[in-house]
Amino acid sequence: MVKVSDHGFETEGLAKAFGKVTALDGVDLAAPRGQVLGLLGPNGAGKTTVIRVLATLLRPDGGRASVAGFDVVRQPGEVRRRIALSGQHTSVDEELTGLANLVMIGRLLDLSRSQALLRATDLLARFGLEDAAKRPVAGYSGGMRRRLDLAASMVGHPEVVFLDEPSVGLDPGKRDELWQMIRGLSADGVTVLLTTQYLEEADALADAIAVIDQGRVIASGTPAELKREVGGHTIAVRPNDPADTDVAARILADVAGRAPERSSRHELVVPVTGDADFFEIAARLRESRIGVSELSLRLPSLDEVFLALTGTPATPAASAEEPTKAAR
Amino acid sequence: MTATVSSIEPPRTRPLAWLRHSFVLAGRSLAKTTRNPGPIINGVVTPALFMVLFLYLFGGSVAGSTADYLQYLFPGILVMGAGLAGLVSTGTNINLDLKNGVTDRFRSLPISRLAPLLGSVLADIVRYLLAVAILFAIGTLLGFRAHGGLPAALAAAGLAITFGFCLSWVTVFFGVLVKSADTVLAISFIGFLPLQLGTSLAAPVETLPGWLRAWAEINPVTQAMDACRALLNGTPVGGTVTTTLIWCAVLFVVFCPLAIRAYSRQQ
Repeated sequence: MVKVSDHGFETEGLAKAFGKVTALDGVDLAAPRGQVLGLLGPNGAGKTTVIRVLATLLRPDGGRASVAGFDVVRQPGEVRRRIALSGQHTSVDEELTGLANLVMIGRLLDLSRSQALLRATDLLARFGLEDAAKRPVAGYSGGMRRRLDLAASMVGHPEVVFLDEPSVGLDPGKRDELWQMIRGLSADGVTVLLTTQYLEEADALADAIAVIDQGRVIASGTPAELKREVGGHTIAVRPNDPADTDVAARILADVAGRAPERSSRHELVVPVTGDADFFEIAARLRESRIGVSELSLRLPSLDEVFLALTGTPATPAASAEEPTKAAR
Repeated sequence: MTATVSSIEPPRTRPLAWLRHSFVLAGRSLAKTTRNPGPIINGVVTPALFMVLFLYLFGGSVAGSTADYLQYLFPGILVMGAGLAGLVSTGTNINLDLKNGVTDRFRSLPISRLAPLLGSVLADIVRYLLAVAILFAIGTLLGFRAHGGLPAALAAAGLAITFGFCLSWVTVFFGVLVKSADTVLAISFIGFLPLQLGTSLAAPVETLPGWLRAWAEINPVTQAMDACRALLNGTPVGGTVTTTLIWCAVLFVVFCPLAIRAYSRQQ
């Protein structure tokens, strides 16, 4: 019999410094079981450090963190039985085959040889890797490696999975494939902590988002709440003929109720309240016979989110996270 | 708020799990060696080259004949081979695992934090056995004969391997501490020269100049080489075997805990 908390994981006032660099400065996070929490922030915001503390790889200097109801400092063994980690680097063995990689993890999790083989075969099929099962990972594409890495995380039926920037380096097609698989995890009731630099990714996957900057959570809520706070969608229009820019700008101002910003390449950008505005703008542009080379409905970029939340652009990596990597 | 559920209880670790996990990870290390046999080649080719080089360059002048010199030289080469087979591979492998995130995965698994280290070192023992067997074959081809008899020859091989095993914890320690695999290699190589060559390998220590003799006499590798030489040639071992074993114990007792401590602190 074990005690089960309602939370997949929880942190309270989590603090960590590397020498003089403060990586975490009182981080409070909580995700109910089965939820996907997106941790959004620029490089060096402390995202990886949060994951390393929760995965029992790093001792916090202050505060408290628990996973599946177990304290990461006092009961790391219990925590490790229930988690899986997929880091920024794919941590599979290049020289071994995909199958051998998964069987090894199964053996380390005390499955028998045949159980491990069964589980590995299952997972390879589920992650679309059965054809590559017997080939060394060295010959895998980036997307295949990511999927194998994720499959390796699933061998032990974890309750909580930590994914550190899972889609880095993947092209959009492969990224969508990976997103499908991450959604599959959460459908199975797994709690997921996902770090990302892209609001789009957090929006696509997360039930809740926490925005982190300089080791502090500066905003949190559902994707919808967050988008309301930072201004929701923007529409970008680029006329084929730069001479049409003024007419197009008037249409945008008319529909959106505020003047669009002009970028250097004759691009017009304006925040809108919903997709109805988008169709209205499209119709009006066609009426005025303005051809466009670009017409898009966008989520705010990370920079725009930060601008809206803090009044300053996202702080790029003077990097509180780099020391951990350099030290290894 | 908490609820109580019994069905999700994950399997408890069974006794001796750490040992079983170490064997699984040793298997991993060996599987990687078959795909990337560089370290093992290094552990055989380097000592074999030294053997051939010393034998035909100095054999005549040092011992009068190459046949007599081979009887002197070969045991030292054996110790060098066992030391080298693990010296390079263990440290660099562990360092690579630390850097590319594999260690993070292992450490987030419910296994002993010692298992990845021990697994790597266990795999090295297999690599030493292989290196020692190949060196024996080459030595025999060149004309070496173990006059001490089979049991003594096996004892010599065992001693060389034990010594290599204990010495490898020094590289494991550096492998954990140092930032890049290249640096581990560089340190291993810089250590290799005085440690393996500043010994009785090529000539008895009595014939060496004073400063080198002083170093060679306190160098534990000399003791291991002298012990193997006596065992293989069937001459009295004196205190060399005991001294070697004491050195093995000292190296192990000092560097194994240091390496483990550094490894578990790696954050």
